[in-house]
Amino acid sequence: MPYPELMVKPMRDELATAGIEELRTAEAVDAFMAEKEGSALLVINSVCGCAAGQARPGVRAALEGVAKPDRLGTVFAGQDVDAVRRAREYFADIPPSSPSIALFKDGELAYFVPRHRIENRSAEDVAADLTAAFERVAAVEAS
Amino acid sequence: MGTFHQGKSQLHGITVVVDTTGPEVFVGRCDDEDAEAVILLDADVHREGDEGRSKDEYLVRAAQFGVWKKHDRLVIPRAQVASIRPLADVAAT
Repeated sequence: MPYPELMVKPMRDELATAGIEELRTAEAVDAFMAEKEGSALLVINSVCGCAAGQARPGVRAALEGVAKPDRLGTVFAGQDVDAVRRAREYFADIPPSSPSIALFKDGELAYFVPRHRIENRSAEDVAADLTAAFERVAAVEAS
Repeated sequence: MGTFHQGKSQLHGITVVVDTTGPEVFVGRCDDEDAEAVILLDADVHREGDEGRSKDEYLVRAAQFGVWKKHDRLVIPRAQVASIRPLADVAAT
């Protein structure tokens, strides 16, 4: 059962104000993923503070670095059910978890952070992992 | 943004590995634990040798991306528990 939207809004805004596009429908996810060229970050946001409380600021911090994905999108687990289901179809071999973070390069999954790699870590640690992944993808693009 | 889960154990919300004194190893999100039992949500279980994999081989794979849940909720009696640790502490290679 979804949480009240009033409670979820600050968690949506925490990513939206970092320039990450909210994808609330399956169609919006498909449109986001239709562009294959370049890199794309897809964040599976969630309410649970056990991990999402570090994931969101970690993503925000990583996006302050020099290397950034070309496109940024997010879906909200437990809230936008169809959008999340469709998003997970783009990395169907990976068990579902939320929050989690997927980085695509030219439409292919290049890096994935499952929930258990966010739990019990600081936002700075999450940001460091993402920054390194962004730089690897950018280096591939530049070569 | 804090959690909404007061009154639970320190491992609440953490994806853990529960190894047992027997052939099973469990991976799931810890809901709670006490002297009687460990309660896991969205849990998977592997038995030594299932699909030709040892417990350790199963855990290395689980550490990479997580597990596909076989059980919404599992209660594992403490008497069967040999160890409990975060899945993140298992090195994914």
